[in-house]
Amino acid sequence: MTSPGTQNPQLRLLAGTEGGRRLNHAEHLAIHAELPLPDAHRHAEHWAQDFVKQVEVSGLTGRGGGGFPTARKLSGSIGGHHRHIVVIDAMEGEPAAQKDSVLAAYAPHLILDGAELLAAALSATEVRIAVARDNPAASSSIEAAIAERGRRGRRGAQFSVGTPPGRYVAGEESALVSWLDNGDSRPTYRPSKPAVLTIGRRRAYVENAETTATLALIARHGGGAFAAQGRDRSGGMALVTLSGAVSEPGVHEVAVGTPLGEIIALGRPTGSVSGILLGGYGGTFVGPEALTAPWSADGLQPLGGAPGAGVIIVLSDHSCGIAEMARIADWMARESAGQCGPCVFGLPALAEDLSLVAAARNKGRIDVRLQAHLDVIEGRGACAHPDGVVRMVRSGLSVFRKDVAAHLEGRRCASATAPTVLTLPANTGVLPWR
Amino acid sequence: MKLEIKVDPVACDGYGHCAEVAPEIFSLDEWGYPIIRTPMVPPALLAIANLAVKQCPRKALHLAQVVEAPSRRR
Repeated sequence: MTSPGTQNPQLRLLAGTEGGRRLNHAEHLAIHAELPLPDAHRHAEHWAQDFVKQVEVSGLTGRGGGGFPTARKLSGSIGGHHRHIVVIDAMEGEPAAQKDSVLAAYAPHLILDGAELLAAALSATEVRIAVARDNPAASSSIEAAIAERGRRGRRGAQFSVGTPPGRYVAGEESALVSWLDNGDSRPTYRPSKPAVLTIGRRRAYVENAETTATLALIARHGGGAFAAQGRDRSGGMALVTLSGAVSEPGVHEVAVGTPLGEIIALGRPTGSVSGILLGGYGGTFVGPEALTAPWSADGLQPLGGAPGAGVIIVLSDHSCGIAEMARIADWMARESAGQCGPCVFGLPALAEDLSLVAAARNKGRIDVRLQAHLDVIEGRGACAHPDGVVRMVRSGLSVFRKDVAAHLEGRRCASATAPTVLTLPANTGVLPWR
Repeated sequence: MKLEIKVDPVACDGYGHCAEVAPEIFSLDEWGYPIIRTPMVPPALLAIANLAVKQCPRKALHLAQVVEAPSRRR
């Protein structure tokens, strides 16, 4: 399952969960041992500083897609006079990501441990864990784990699970906080970024579930030991979700910096890799030359990619990249929160352009219209949803440029008549926003 | 003090009033939503920028002071 060499088997998020086994509290403690926490409030400040130091040494970055250094995010919120509420985001609206769901279902106590650490560091008295309503396996596992440990954490914080509707955009930070603050699970407009998100009178500290669980490993083993598991400067281990043209899709725990091709080999590609969509439906396509690149922020940056939330979607020469791209764009267009004009009208227009290119029906300079739509949509939504689609399409047009050129000349690529391989779920349009 | 004109895309319903009041600042995309041509409002255009802000039927426009600090991405 994992690849690297000199490794500590306890420094694994998925340790003991092999074969889909859920770890109860006793089993969790048998593998990971007791979580070190400050025992009294008077020690808390010193402890928090040391904790942030360990996180900094670990090199941990946000595993929800942002990739922002976790220690910097933490130190920006610690020690102020604001009251915080800790929000753990396990929404995972991205259909090609499964890792937060896997963690919640099989290693829920690591997530709760990490939440305890965040609550201690921020002196927060409440922790809310958000799991999509249509993901009962994950939410019931977290609920059961909270019950096993007692509704209140070891330092008195109150834990509870919230289940917003499982829409694509519902896990976006501002949408999630809006829902927890009794609003709709739609993104809100924030004129200045980073924006302060509040629930009632408290500031929401939102952390992705995997990032949170990883904090539980770092607190136990130290930042240096965690970083040493990695294979390049970024360091550490991370979860990836492999899908697309692979015969064994699924979640793997890998050393950051492992060559992308080595990771993809874990899923057994079904054909010759023609392109890889990194980060999710709103991510970045990279070409086969990326197979030798280290899967890390540093390794993927020259190719325009990033690890993001660990999504790796493989495309092979068995299907047409443009057709796959058109389907993703169409799916994403239907996942708009329906709030911003450039997203509501722009994304369907873009998806339509792409479907015409995929069908090699270049009527009225479709390429010009496509570029114009990309330019006009970018940067004009309240959230990053439309920008993600623009990024995916721009990078895809570049990776599949030869096929695009052929399609524009009315000659479809060799695989254009083959069936598409990506399995897109049903759109979530029927779900409520509350 | 520099002023930047911003549109709240959630509030905006594409009335297009801004582009009529202040065509130097706003154009409209093919769906009728404003594209800001000059985000940093030059002093000469401040009066009509204010007018556009005041007259927006959805109150979707606002002028923000620009803080001269490096902004964090994402």
